Amino acid sequence: MKPVLQVLNLLVTYYTDAGRAKALDDVSLTLNAGEKLGLVGESGSGKSTMALAMMRMIKPPGRIEGGQVIVDGTELTKLSDEEMLKARLSKIAYIPQGAMNSLNPVLRIGRQMVDAIKAHDDEASRRTIEERCMEALESVDLKRSVFKMYPHELSGGMKQRVCIAIGILLNPKVIIADEPTSALDVVTQRQVMETIDRVQEQLGAAVILIGHDMGLMAQFVDKVAVMYAGRLAEVSIVRDMFTDPKHPYAQALIRSLPSLENKGVFQGIPGLAPSLLRIPSGCAFHPRCPYRMDVCTTVRPELETLSNGRQVACHLYTEGLTDAGANGIQERHQSVYARPAVKDIDNRT
Amino acid sequence: MYTRGLLSKTSTTALNDVSLKLDESEPTILTVAGESGSGKTTLAMLMLGFIAPSSGQILYKGQDISRLRGADRMTFRREVQAVFQDPFAVFNPFYTVDHLLTVPIQRFKLAKSKREARDKMEEALTAVGLRPEDILGRFPHQLSGGQRQRINVARALLLRPRLLIADEPVSMVDASLRANILETLRSLQKNYGVSIVYITHDLTTAYHIAKSIVVLYRGAVMEAGDVDTVIKRPQHPYTQLLIDSIPWPDLSRRWGETDIKAREAEHQEITTGCKFYPRCPFAMEKCTVAPPLFQLGTHQAASCYLQDQHPTIPSEHLWKLLPV
Ligand SMILES: Nc1ncnc2c1ncn2[C@@H]1O[C@H](COP(=O)(O)OP(=O)(O)OP(=O)(O)O)[C@@H](O)[C@H]1O
Ligand code: SF4
Ligand SMILES: [Mg+2]
Repeated sequence: MKPVLQVLNLLVTYYTDAGRAKALDDVSLTLNAGEKLGLVGESGSGKSTMALAMMRMIKPPGRIEGGQVIVDGTELTKLSDEEMLKARLSKIAYIPQGAMNSLNPVLRIGRQMVDAIKAHDDEASRRTIEERCMEALESVDLKRSVFKMYPHELSGGMKQRVCIAIGILLNPKVIIADEPTSALDVVTQRQVMETIDRVQEQLGAAVILIGHDMGLMAQFVDKVAVMYAGRLAEVSIVRDMFTDPKHPYAQALIRSLPSLENKGVFQGIPGLAPSLLRIPSGCAFHPRCPYRMDVCTTVRPELETLSNGRQVACHLYTEGLTDAGANGIQERHQSVYARPAVKDIDNRT
Repeated sequence: MYTRGLLSKTSTTALNDVSLKLDESEPTILTVAGESGSGKTTLAMLMLGFIAPSSGQILYKGQDISRLRGADRMTFRREVQAVFQDPFAVFNPFYTVDHLLTVPIQRFKLAKSKREARDKMEEALTAVGLRPEDILGRFPHQLSGGQRQRINVARALLLRPRLLIADEPVSMVDASLRANILETLRSLQKNYGVSIVYITHDLTTAYHIAKSIVVLYRGAVMEAGDVDTVIKRPQHPYTQLLIDSIPWPDLSRRWGETDIKAREAEHQEITTGCKFYPRCPFAMEKCTVAPPLFQLGTHQAASCYLQDQHPTIPSEHLWKLLPV
């Protein structure tokens, strides 16, 4: 199958007063039509930056310093600014983090939708445009009457669905939703995710869901990509990620998930996320990694495809280690994770 | 002063007949859960004195907060702090992080010297997993969503309040950090005797951090009690729907077995009767008259006629069922 999205060696730097922050450091990714990818990782690890870079919406002091983004055969990174403007929404759509709060409070929903289309297509007639907006509203389960409403007349879930409707106005091939539901309650979350699901099926688009809610990921996506300090640590199908994560950071992330079985056990990953101004040498995770080896402090592990199809960037899985060696490591995994640093908080007052 | 209720309130419409009480001598973590528009944020605003109830009152250490003046008012402002949900709305884009944190330090005279102020800022930032040297000096738009949200939490930590009202304080951070921040909040309660009202839709974290829970729907209490009981054995159809809608990070569990009835129930306002009536799969004739709270056990109450074999309990006594 031909991938609908290819990201190749993307590099983004923010030039801050304190220095150059490498927010995206050589990230590559492919996605097929109809596929749903979850992009997770520590806060500040570059998820939103990745989305913005794919949209070519990085603003100064940030800059895309290299790499390619290819959607449906078009290399976005080569387009002129004007062509890119047209490609947004029609090839690739982005529903930003906190989108529902960025709806203009003094303009009716319809006006905001019409404006969005006009920015990309100034030829269509008013009627056609309005009809397209109404259809988009209906496809996200909203009544046509919402067209005439103001944002404050809508609930959070409805506003978020309006943002999705705007995103799909021009039938994009790739939809990126940045934490679309983190401000919503679980019931509304479910409705919004069901909406995205249906819309995606209708359009046959690929979806990238950015977020922190691993439960949402488990229930919604096909593949999970884990970012750490501007790099991809692991990309796996959802089942593998949840049952058998490979990268030590991914393992720690999965372990920190709450469940109803282990009440009061909080297991955050010790240590702070690295400063993007001074990304640790070698593997960016090495200062916090329980399996650190000498090589980890000097050589950066590349995202490699293992024989079982898993993609991991970690020296534990780098070739050259004999099978026995790799098994030994697996055993070490087991033992370290068999006795988690359980903190008992049940004697609460 | 110790044994007096720290807080109690009653009001109508956005919030209907809600009474709560937190005791200063028994600091606890109370979760207020419910969907968007259920009145959670209204409750927070009321408790902070940002809005006034149309009827009922909010007492802080026995005093009506709308009557606080001068020094009392200042004390209230310091002792009752808030962390708000939306990190995109609260910050003035022209102020740096330093400024956001220095202002409260100066205003409430929390530090004697510049050095001390700096130390305090650094300590608070580190507690929420941020690197002071990276973060100080930056403008809000230069921070990621989760970083902004954590600045909010850091600001509240800095002030070391008596009562912390945290409205979705960790919705935008990853599971690992979420655990760390909640752990910080929990130790604030345990070690410094800070009471926390944790407002959230995330029942999993509520389950882990809180002692008791109040579930709101359209401004009315649906169910309340001990967090373990309510989450593991919910009795109100709404709580059941909420818990069934939790997306579990568990592939063997399917998300939402129950259908969500009446999608656009968002629109129908029901003035009399049970607020959940339009969406309830069990709705009966009698539900058109508002159900009282039925006490199901020592630590559980639900406002639903399916439970009418149990004795009723006046809403102003609800707090007695909430363990601390
Ligand atoms: N305009 C900017 N100037 C300087 N640094 C920036 C800017 N925007 C983002 N950054 C930094 O780049 C890094 C990546 O930010 P990004 O918003 O991509 O993170 P994220 O993974 O989306 O995090 P979150 O989960 O918290 O939303 C962060 O450390 C952030 O502080
Ligand atoms: S490369 Fe080394 S330091 Fe990095 S995650 Fe793997 S084992 Fe840990
Ligand atoms: Mg982000």
